Amino acid sequence: MQLSESWDWEKGERVVTESLAPMPEHKWQEEIHVSPDGETAAAIVCIDDGEFGLRMNDTVHDNTFDKAWKPGFTPDGRFCALVQQDEEWTLAENGEPWDERYGFMWSPLFSSEGGAVATAVQQDMAYGMSVNGVAWDTLFENANGFALSDNGKRTAAVVQTRSIGQADLISFREGVFTVAVDGEAWESTFMNAWDPVFSPYAHRVAAQVRLSLYDYTVAVDGTPWPIHFQCTWEPCFHPNSSAVVAPVRQGGKWGIAEDGNMLWKPVFFNCWHLQYAPDGSRLYAIVAPEYGKFTVAQDERAWNVLAPVVTELTVSPDGSRAAALGNHDNKAWHVMVDGKVWHGRYDMAWKPVFSADSRSVGCRVSSNGKYAVVVNDNTVGGEFDKAWDPAFSPDGSKVLIRGMRNNALLRIVADVPR
Amino acid sequence: MNAFYNFATGPLAWAAFAVFIGGSVYRIWSMIQLAKQKEAAFISYMSLPHALRSIVRWLIPFGTLGWKENPSITLATFLFHICLFVLLIFTPAHEVLWSYAFGFTFPVIPEVLADTLTLVVIGACCFFVHRRLTNIQVRYVTTGKDWLALGIATAPFITGFLASQQFADGQIMTLLHVLCGEAMLVAIPFTRLSHALFQPLTRAYIASEFGAVRHVQDW
Amino acid sequence: MSILDRKIEDPELKRATEGLSADRIEQVINSVLQGEAGARLKAYAETCMRCGMCAPACHYCVSHDMDPSYSPVGKVEQTMGLILRKHGRLTPDEVYGMAQLAYTECNLCRRCVHYCPIGIDTGYIISTVRRICHKLGVTPLYIQDTAHSHSATMNQMWVKEDEWVDSLQWQEDEARDEFPGLRIPLDVEGADIFYSVIAPEPKFRTQLIYQAAAIMKHVGADWTMPSTPGWDNSDMCMFTGDFEMMGRLKRSHFEAAQKLKVRRIVMGECGHAFRSVYDVGNRWLGWKNHPIPIVHSVEYFWELFNEGKIKLTGKYEEPVTIHDPCNIIRGRGLMDKLREVTHHLCSEVIEMSPTREHNYCCAAGGGVINCGPPFKGVRLEGNRIKADQLRATGVKTVVAPCHNCHGGLEDIIHHYQLGIQTKFLGDLIYELMEKPELE
Ligand code: SF4
Ligand code: SF4
Repeated sequence: MQLSESWDWEKGERVVTESLAPMPEHKWQEEIHVSPDGETAAAIVCIDDGEFGLRMNDTVHDNTFDKAWKPGFTPDGRFCALVQQDEEWTLAENGEPWDERYGFMWSPLFSSEGGAVATAVQQDMAYGMSVNGVAWDTLFENANGFALSDNGKRTAAVVQTRSIGQADLISFREGVFTVAVDGEAWESTFMNAWDPVFSPYAHRVAAQVRLSLYDYTVAVDGTPWPIHFQCTWEPCFHPNSSAVVAPVRQGGKWGIAEDGNMLWKPVFFNCWHLQYAPDGSRLYAIVAPEYGKFTVAQDERAWNVLAPVVTELTVSPDGSRAAALGNHDNKAWHVMVDGKVWHGRYDMAWKPVFSADSRSVGCRVSSNGKYAVVVNDNTVGGEFDKAWDPAFSPDGSKVLIRGMRNNALLRIVADVPR
Repeated sequence: MNAFYNFATGPLAWAAFAVFIGGSVYRIWSMIQLAKQKEAAFISYMSLPHALRSIVRWLIPFGTLGWKENPSITLATFLFHICLFVLLIFTPAHEVLWSYAFGFTFPVIPEVLADTLTLVVIGACCFFVHRRLTNIQVRYVTTGKDWLALGIATAPFITGFLASQQFADGQIMTLLHVLCGEAMLVAIPFTRLSHALFQPLTRAYIASEFGAVRHVQDW
Repeated sequence: MSILDRKIEDPELKRATEGLSADRIEQVINSVLQGEAGARLKAYAETCMRCGMCAPACHYCVSHDMDPSYSPVGKVEQTMGLILRKHGRLTPDEVYGMAQLAYTECNLCRRCVHYCPIGIDTGYIISTVRRICHKLGVTPLYIQDTAHSHSATMNQMWVKEDEWVDSLQWQEDEARDEFPGLRIPLDVEGADIFYSVIAPEPKFRTQLIYQAAAIMKHVGADWTMPSTPGWDNSDMCMFTGDFEMMGRLKRSHFEAAQKLKVRRIVMGECGHAFRSVYDVGNRWLGWKNHPIPIVHSVEYFWELFNEGKIKLTGKYEEPVTIHDPCNIIRGRGLMDKLREVTHHLCSEVIEMSPTREHNYCCAAGGGVINCGPPFKGVRLEGNRIKADQLRATGVKTVVAPCHNCHGGLEDIIHHYQLGIQTKFLGDLIYELMEKPELE
């Protein structure tokens, strides 16, 4: 079931909140965030020196905090912020702090349905993660590269297994880093480990590892591929086979290896951000076939629209289409879909969003300080002072635009232009 | 003797030019290929306007920091190179050969001036030798290759001067001069004298990096 | 004199060279030369006329009474020249010397480019030598530790992620007493400016973050700092020769900014980081230019003054001189902007000689200061000329918009007893700008 099924998909424009302007009794109000369904706008407000509250639409929650930061909505619409009370940190959901307290908390992560909220935690100078407030049993010397599986069931991070002294190169070379999954460290340690990723059902974890200063490879559930490379980028699991792929560098150029063997020849000046079609039938990546020129490649074939910068590769739910953003010499962004460039040129563009039926693509853009939402190369809903990413109705026929004009939060449901 | 002289100024000269041109083209071509293959990234920064701007600047005596701070070598370098080109083209005896080979004539410089310029070049070369021997900076890094290049570059001028003075048997000297000149041509692509080929490229590259990317002069 | 006559004991250079065999040395050197070096090195090696014109360019050479083993070409001769002559078959001792020379006796400052008629970039040759040393595992202890830190934490000083955010929040708190309502906005999507610093700022010089926040508040900037890795723009891996890590670091920095959808990156007053972000690290990643506009603080301050956004209460009365950091002057041509900003702030500027793009390096750059205490003397002895330059101005304050320059100049000032204080532009702006009246 998609979360969006329960949203209001009635066509038209609705004012959700008349005014999101800072309230006069507050010292200041921070950046506004809007829930995915467009029904709530929220922000951290400073009530007094060292006293922060959480505003949601017109009301400010009674609980106040000494500090608050990192506000954001879970996919299912709960407003979260990291908050400090009495020198201890926790996370507040819709204004209610969790019971668990830590020395520090950061990097909140949400599962795709929103059920799980994970964070990085530090307690008594030991590091790890928490899920819905509950920390790992074992905490480590240090941790980073935090990951939460899509289904919210598992967490992983790169951890340092023991402390090393100042300029202790020997211990570093012996390897004090590895990946911990749900707080349990892999048996093998490495010189470095980076960016663990989960398989689709979170059964397995892969990460990049550096075995010596020069040997990079991918480790899956703690076992490194037997073949090493000059460099790697983050791996990616095949959705329904056991294969793991990762960009690898060989002879100064980039290609893709599958379980250690070359899958895409190393011919690119760069190759990263791999993404499989959800059924595993296609593999997409951002590549640079020429120096300084990037594009998207599908199954080793590059699109022929090149741009100096390409970001935000997005694959459609049916896996047949892809979209990305391109930028020319830091002047203007454009949207690229299936190898074709849309007409609009923008100061900034956000990650494209596909409809569930894969037929439509929407994208938040901004130019000259004004925001808009572009769907299938048409602006929908006009200009806003601020806007958020569009969302499509489950049947793909309508689009939800969330925007702010003259301090009012608007919620517009419109037909998708074709 | 005459036959050999004719051979030296005829087929051998053509051969020397052929080696010089062929060798130069090959060297430049293979350098560019190497750059394309291994340093494609860096070629992409080449900027003609910045390259030209810098090359012109470095052609001006005392026009750059390096030239200003090394006045004596600057003077010697410019005199050497300017005289070299003037003598190569405008010496009466050379003009005869040029017009014989290519069939057109042009004004020449008087013999006396040619002799003077030749002496200037020889003087510059003496200075180079002296500097290589006495300047600790230079001596520290001087290798056989540098002496070889200097020797090859000096020989045509010494023999040329002696020939014009009808020293010993003028004809032998002239022949030697021709041979030395040809040796120099042939040596250009394959010795330190290859700076004549590569300097424009290295200069153009660094000028592009400085001018176009870093927005600063390279002089 | 040669580098082998002035070997300095570094535990890591010693340990690493002891384990090397001639075969391994040869194999590694040749694999780098064949696999990575190309036309530039070949052309430079062949066409260098051994004219010695570059000798007076180098502060090391000038400061050592023109000792030829410190001239740019002399240093190339003892490293790359040696390699090419011996076809890579160096002794471990020679590798030690080569590493010491490449890491501590060249700042990659590129001053010598202005002297070489051929256009030889000695800095590039020395970087290639460093790359070889990295591949041989022969790097000085302290700088290698920073490279390790970079790889493990994406910052230079082993700063943990909570420590980073905590430092920012602490500075924000402190600054709010002086500037009510001041914020250090974290992870603000769509901000105009992504402000990045080097890891020594949260570690040792939090005052600089305070000042930056104060200036941002003063001018009403729409800015943010990332709470995530990528906040550190520094890069010692570029200097050790670990280009793979350099790429990873720069990716993390650029992608942190891309993720926040900012319009541009403004960097603190640091030179080497600018070099890494502006035209070195990006290239390794295949980006011809930096993928987001990069603005150094000098240029940002210049903009702010030009737009009339900085209101000063007065000018700095004492005469000052300006130190031009190589990486933003020869690396970016900011000499005029640096002067304009300094003149906005100071009533009297006495120039050093030479100056602007011809200025001498501070001898700390290129990772040399990061090689740590064993090599401090190399920097001090190797930059007597900078002390002379500074002394000749007669001023008591030097403006230097670069962290490494600060470190290097402070050591020189202390060693040669010059009694001069160093200032960042940010220090001066903070000191001189109008501040809220506090009740
Ligand atoms: S320190 Fe600077 S001037 Fe000296 S050799 Fe290195 S790059 Fe050239
Ligand atoms: S100035 Fe240039 S050509 Fe002359 S010795 Fe130095 S690097 Fe070589």
